[in-house]
Amino acid sequence: MKVKVLSRNPDDYVRETKLDIQRVPRNYDPSLHPFEVSREYTRALNATKLERVFAKPFLASLDGHRDGVNCLAKHSTSLSTLLSGSCDGEVKVWNLTKHECVRTLQAHEGFVRGIIVRYCGTSFFTVGDDKTIKQWKMEAPGYGEEEEPLNTILGKTVFTGLDHHQKKGVFATCGQQVDIWDEQRSSPIRSFTWGVDSFSSVRFNPVETDLLGSCASDRSIVLYDMRESTPLKKVIMTMRTNTLCWNPMEAYYFTCANEDYNLYTYDMRFLEKPIKVHMDHVSAVLDVDYSPTGQEFVSASFDKTIRIFSKDGGHSREVYHTKRMQHVICIKWSADNKYILSGSDEMNIRLWKANAAEKLGVLSPRERQATNYNQKLKEKFQHHPQIRRIARHRHLPKSIFHQRNELRVMKEARQRKERNVRKHSKPGSAPVVSEREKNVVAVVK
Amino acid sequence: MASPVEPSVNVSHVEKKKKPPARYWQEQQDEEKHKNKDEEQTEEAVQQDEEKQTRKTKKRKQIDDLTNENKVISGKTDPFPGPASISKDRMQKFKRKEKTQKPHMRHYKLKDIITRAEEASEMAQKQAARFDLLLPEEAGFLEGDEDEDTCMISQEDIADAVDITSGAKYFNLKLTQFGPYRVDYNKTGRHLLLGGRRGHVACVDWQTKQLMCEINVMESVNDVKWLHSENMYAVAQKKWLYIYDSNGIELHCIRQFNDVLRMQFLPYHFLLATASATSFLQYLDVSVGKEVAAICTKTGRLDVMCQNPHNAIIHLGHPNGTVTLWSPNQKEALVKMLCHQGGVRSVVVDKTGTYMVTSGMDKKLKVFDIRAFKPLKSYFLPAGASCLSLSQRGLLSAATGDIVQVYRDVWSAPVSKPYMAHRVRGTVWGLHFCPFEDVLGVGHGEGFTSMLIPGAGEPNFDGLDANPYRNAKQRQEWEVKALLEKIQPELISLDPTELGQVDRATFEEKHQDRVQALGFDPLATEKFVPRFKKKGRSSAGGVERRKKQVAHMDQRDVIRKTVEDKVKMEEERKRMEEKKAALSGQKSALDRFRK
Repeated sequence: MKVKVLSRNPDDYVRETKLDIQRVPRNYDPSLHPFEVSREYTRALNATKLERVFAKPFLASLDGHRDGVNCLAKHSTSLSTLLSGSCDGEVKVWNLTKHECVRTLQAHEGFVRGIIVRYCGTSFFTVGDDKTIKQWKMEAPGYGEEEEPLNTILGKTVFTGLDHHQKKGVFATCGQQVDIWDEQRSSPIRSFTWGVDSFSSVRFNPVETDLLGSCASDRSIVLYDMRESTPLKKVIMTMRTNTLCWNPMEAYYFTCANEDYNLYTYDMRFLEKPIKVHMDHVSAVLDVDYSPTGQEFVSASFDKTIRIFSKDGGHSREVYHTKRMQHVICIKWSADNKYILSGSDEMNIRLWKANAAEKLGVLSPRERQATNYNQKLKEKFQHHPQIRRIARHRHLPKSIFHQRNELRVMKEARQRKERNVRKHSKPGSAPVVSEREKNVVAVVK
Repeated sequence: MASPVEPSVNVSHVEKKKKPPARYWQEQQDEEKHKNKDEEQTEEAVQQDEEKQTRKTKKRKQIDDLTNENKVISGKTDPFPGPASISKDRMQKFKRKEKTQKPHMRHYKLKDIITRAEEASEMAQKQAARFDLLLPEEAGFLEGDEDEDTCMISQEDIADAVDITSGAKYFNLKLTQFGPYRVDYNKTGRHLLLGGRRGHVACVDWQTKQLMCEINVMESVNDVKWLHSENMYAVAQKKWLYIYDSNGIELHCIRQFNDVLRMQFLPYHFLLATASATSFLQYLDVSVGKEVAAICTKTGRLDVMCQNPHNAIIHLGHPNGTVTLWSPNQKEALVKMLCHQGGVRSVVVDKTGTYMVTSGMDKKLKVFDIRAFKPLKSYFLPAGASCLSLSQRGLLSAATGDIVQVYRDVWSAPVSKPYMAHRVRGTVWGLHFCPFEDVLGVGHGEGFTSMLIPGAGEPNFDGLDANPYRNAKQRQEWEVKALLEKIQPELISLDPTELGQVDRATFEEKHQDRVQALGFDPLATEKFVPRFKKKGRSSAGGVERRKKQVAHMDQRDVIRKTVEDKVKMEEERKRMEEKKAALSGQKSALDRFRK
């Protein structure tokens, strides 16, 4: 007779001393783990619920400006530094980790229209309503020294926007026309005009660094190549575009914030129709900024909310609002992809988390593993109705909620009318126009 | 020996026996001789498959290997290049589902997602299969010498032959006063619960033989069941259902549950399912203390019950020979099977949810494939089995009167004689295999017997699921985790993986949506209304026929038009392609900014 009976030595399964961690022998045999799917589903549901519980995006409010914040600029080399310009011509430099203002300077008379940090991070440029471009040192002046700009350029007309080249000492301003300036010279090296219009913003492409885009008040978006003497092309839309932002990862794509409550992502090669229309705002969109990963962007709107969109999602994944925040004028996504900064009408700059439920600070390896696991589960079961309902739920201020419903009703009515017209007209005479094509009037080359 | 789908069924215990670690003075060739040829073949097959799948990567690897070979300082080459091979059956063990069909080229994003997910799951499958080698314990076995029948080997002989701690697992408790006993082991297999017909309830840490509590409820006891942990157990008494804690203190008396005869606990759902003499099947959620469902089965006294551990469906046996399957979500039985000609005496389902074994008054023991609802095997037992129990590795124990017989491989091969047999003192009342141990607990008229059944228990437990060696702190942690991932009773269904499958809209649903969007039903056929016919006019049928002809003419026109359109489109496409081909030759770098 040969016999063997299971006989475990407890020493192999119990920790030796109290200082050890517990031994956890594993056996991954699926038959020992029944109801795999249902249990994972339950975990995903719990993770989704916890995400909503921990979704506290608001971090801090930086107050100190004495008028509405009109423009923001990220520091190009320091994560903790932020520059802001207000409507009374004041520029403030902030330390974000300490939530305090480290420097204040009266840069302009009237609005500060644009502010940008040079790519090296040692100086910054401002433009204002007083028709001047000023270059400032990043360091505060020493004790007893006057706060004076490094350079001042007197322009002929008012400047409304400003952007700096990624690698060269060249910057662009916009106003009556788009000007390209060399830092060493006091007159523009190149000026672009196309019709008689004023431009509201200009942005350099961060990848193809010689390209720029600008938004004009004649409802057009104009693209330029800095090396050529004439603009490349422009697209005219039904409503005015306020700003645009290039995707930092995909050189062809840019997203523009429009007055018609929507954002449009274009491929610069095919301007006939946008790649995506991003809807959800209930008022004009004033500013937009991409995340450094190029996967998402954040938009600021006149409806007092901030929304985060994925680059190919038609609707926002997140909406931020507070009772005290008024019209949000400018928005920036921080360079570490973790924070969002918004400047609004009521003189405050607000610091938000880019991921509302993310835990800040150093995570222990187990914590990180758990969050990664939960993230994956949420992704896996995201289409289940129960989970989707919880994940999508956002509280909205009453006014915005009602406005959204109203807009929906209006849209439905328009669609219904279109349908009826099509039904009662000659086949082909009332073609179906997609939402993307609707808002493009013409492309000019 | 193993659970039915487990692929290692063919491999006998002897080959799996641990060898002493190889020493350098032993000849290597000696070892190679012992290698199983079959295994080698399967391994080769797997390797070939892998090669086919990733020919490209393999090529790259080979190049790497070549360069690596040059780099080895000693000049030796690696005798086992590449990752270690995994046998096919082991891979099969961890396989969850077949590969999904890739969507059409147009959905390139979805296709990419699916490809990535499948790659990840395949990697996980491989890693799990590799990890299988590292499992520390091996299953028990019992083999007779030549001409020796294993069923003739007595428990005393086995207990003498094995080590002391294992030998101590064979014992008898002589409890003649309050007999016959019902038995239950908890999920980790550490604790034993005994319920005497005449009111004696005891719970024991049976390995250390420590008595946790012993009470007499002064009432008849129909069944006893551990709840999720060893802290609480349920006792079905003469009238009501009671819940006690491990110190024997009565925690609850649940009057909603009366005349309970049998109970089953669903550990992942925290549900206690009870079957009563009044033919009610009730579910109690023990985490919140609420009755989840009460189903009137209308089939008389329910004293045969078991659960399917794979999908948490309750099986009930009835005096008319049927077995019915129940979920808490439906008032009617999911399935009714006629299994026996007489009444059903006992039902049991294996842990993978593949096989159901029943015994009936017709003295038959039948094996069913419960996924296809088909009979597989039928055995005749001269005395008929009153109690059945299945072990984790698929051993079946059947009690006939006062004899307990254990069978091996009842569903795969025709069985002629039992694997083991043992006679206890009284009539057997309850049988339960102890999880993760080679032990069978038998409750009978004269007390309790713990038998040694080599090869019954799963050798390697999972520490996060059921850890027999856990301490109080670990148990508390586990309890919190388990409660957090409690599965809702609504998710109980015949196929537990249904939740992970794509819910495709049926044709009817799609059609309904279409009707709602259009405002009319495009597929509806007009009803034939016979016309009021006047004399001399053409017949209603004739009119209908002519109408149809006209309709067909219209349809033909439409078809002709679409065909013409298609031809035109094709031509257009060809022309465009030619144009493109012609243009593609002359392209400058700046063209990408131009349209």
